[in-house]
Amino acid sequence: MGQKDISLSGSREMTGREQTRTIIVRPAVDIFETNDGLTLVADLPGVSKESLQIDIDQGLLTIEADAKSRLKGETRQQEFVHGNFYRQFQIPNEIATEKISAEMLNGVLTLHLPKAEAARPRRIEIN
Amino acid sequence: MTTNFFREMENLRREIDEAFKGFSMGRILEPSFLPGIGAARFPQVNLSQDEDNLYAEVLVPGVEAKDLELTVIRGVLSLAGERKVEQPGERTWHRRERGHGKFMRTLDLPCEVDADRVVAKYDNGVLLITLPIPEQAKPKKISVKAR
Repeated sequence: MGQKDISLSGSREMTGREQTRTIIVRPAVDIFETNDGLTLVADLPGVSKESLQIDIDQGLLTIEADAKSRLKGETRQQEFVHGNFYRQFQIPNEIATEKISAEMLNGVLTLHLPKAEAARPRRIEIN
Repeated sequence: MTTNFFREMENLRREIDEAFKGFSMGRILEPSFLPGIGAARFPQVNLSQDEDNLYAEVLVPGVEAKDLELTVIRGVLSLAGERKVEQPGERTWHRRERGHGKFMRTLDLPCEVDADRVVAKYDNGVLLITLPIPEQAKPKKISVKAR
């Protein structure tokens, strides 16, 4: 199973459809910073690429996804509910939003948010 | 109606067993720090059952199939594995909500299963396990002949 790139939509068009949500789950995320920028890793178990929506609008990142149960028959034990995942983040100004990329593998979403060139630490050579 | 009642009682007994094994119901006041693997109720599991099979759905996102070890023995399901930190290297953590490391979970199965025919499928971070119920463990309909 290879890694696949996801193309992001810039602005989302308003649809007439209204969605009634049952339970909203905030997915667990890790956020860390390297010299290149920020990396956000989110646990979205049961989510396929098709049901994942990532939006960036005026510095606000929104992650939305649906997961469904594949269990058949009568419930015997329930420790979790498959979520309607939803979480938002404010993207700092230093991030080059047009260069944000995403990968989805084994129910884990990885978002790369590269820093804009001007914000990168740079060593100046002295002649 | 009677079968449902017994099943509910069995479910309740198993829930209480699990609760005493884990953090809840009294254990929460015990001073503890980073309890060892096998003590926690992770990864989380949902169970369901129909006429032919017992089904288990296990949440294990971001784990390679080769890092998962699944065994069924004498009515107990065991799952062990490891989730390694992604992109190892230098970094500054801003937020750390996801767990990493080794995990292990044992689960008492609510009914007899045929361990030789267990099938497991890993999709999008969820492991779906199908455990067939052997013929002799299935309830049999006995027809009553009227005289």
